Amino acid sequence: MPAHFRLFTFAAPSRFYALAGALLPWLWGLTIALAAAGLYIGFFIAPTDATQGDAYRIIFIHVPAASMSMLLYLVMAGWAALGWAFHVRLASMVARAIAPTGAMFTFLALWTGAFWGKPTWGTWWVWDARLTSELILLFLYLGFIALVEAIDDVRRADHAGALLAVIGSVNVPIIYFSVRWWNTLHQGATISATAAPKMASTMFTAMLLMTFAFWAYAFAVVFMRARAIVLERERHTDWARDIDQGRVAARGAS
Amino acid sequence: MNWNSASEFFAMGGYGLYVWGSYLVALAAMSVEPWLAAQRHRRARNQIVDVAAPAQQEGSG
Repeated sequence: MPAHFRLFTFAAPSRFYALAGALLPWLWGLTIALAAAGLYIGFFIAPTDATQGDAYRIIFIHVPAASMSMLLYLVMAGWAALGWAFHVRLASMVARAIAPTGAMFTFLALWTGAFWGKPTWGTWWVWDARLTSELILLFLYLGFIALVEAIDDVRRADHAGALLAVIGSVNVPIIYFSVRWWNTLHQGATISATAAPKMASTMFTAMLLMTFAFWAYAFAVVFMRARAIVLERERHTDWARDIDQGRVAARGAS
Repeated sequence: MNWNSASEFFAMGGYGLYVWGSYLVALAAMSVEPWLAAQRHRRARNQIVDVAAPAQQEGSG
């Protein structure tokens, strides 16, 4: 181990692989602990809503999933752009690792939104600004995945993906401000930095805990996928071979 | 405590279909995704071992 770390110490794929691997058990533990606390407060402490009844409890996964879907897109575009501009290979790998998780959260935001819209609005889906722009986000994620998988040359694929990701990030503020810019069925922002939460504090606590749980989950699953991508690309290096030195040696001996 | 019995809990005040329809799909998606990522990682590792010890692979069994 070097005695001093530099800024890009963990930009070396081998170091990232080891560090992410060491963090995984902690991240999964954190995910489960936060989700257990959030669900307990959300279902057993937070009261039934006066107007929406118990249907509102979908909020504890809907809002965290929707916020993760937007945040992950910006993070993905950021890493993709960094990998493109500064030729940091790991940054492009992380961008690729984020895309499926972002798509999954976008799908969940749409799915839980439909299951919340049906009992409260009377419809699973409307083509309004918020819902439509979130659907476009799903297509942007899927388009990014399809694009980088379709191009054989890895670096060219990374560059094309970065371009798509950066251009597509225009959609994120559109989703976020859609409820203000257009007349929409969807309610306004649930949390605001400038105003006190409008909901009961136990509801707010549950939603916050679930948001942190989803954060921990996203780190964990993105690290898992990034480790796989690192190995796929570094399979010809000595350090990658050394990971399973024992298994290679055992085959040699048998 | 919001619920007097398990059946009341599962009924969710008449919104059981919507609440559990949301939570079960979320649970499924967030279980399958890490499983797929773990599979991909395992596949990558196995491939490296296969390439590093190709000759031995034939003879062993």
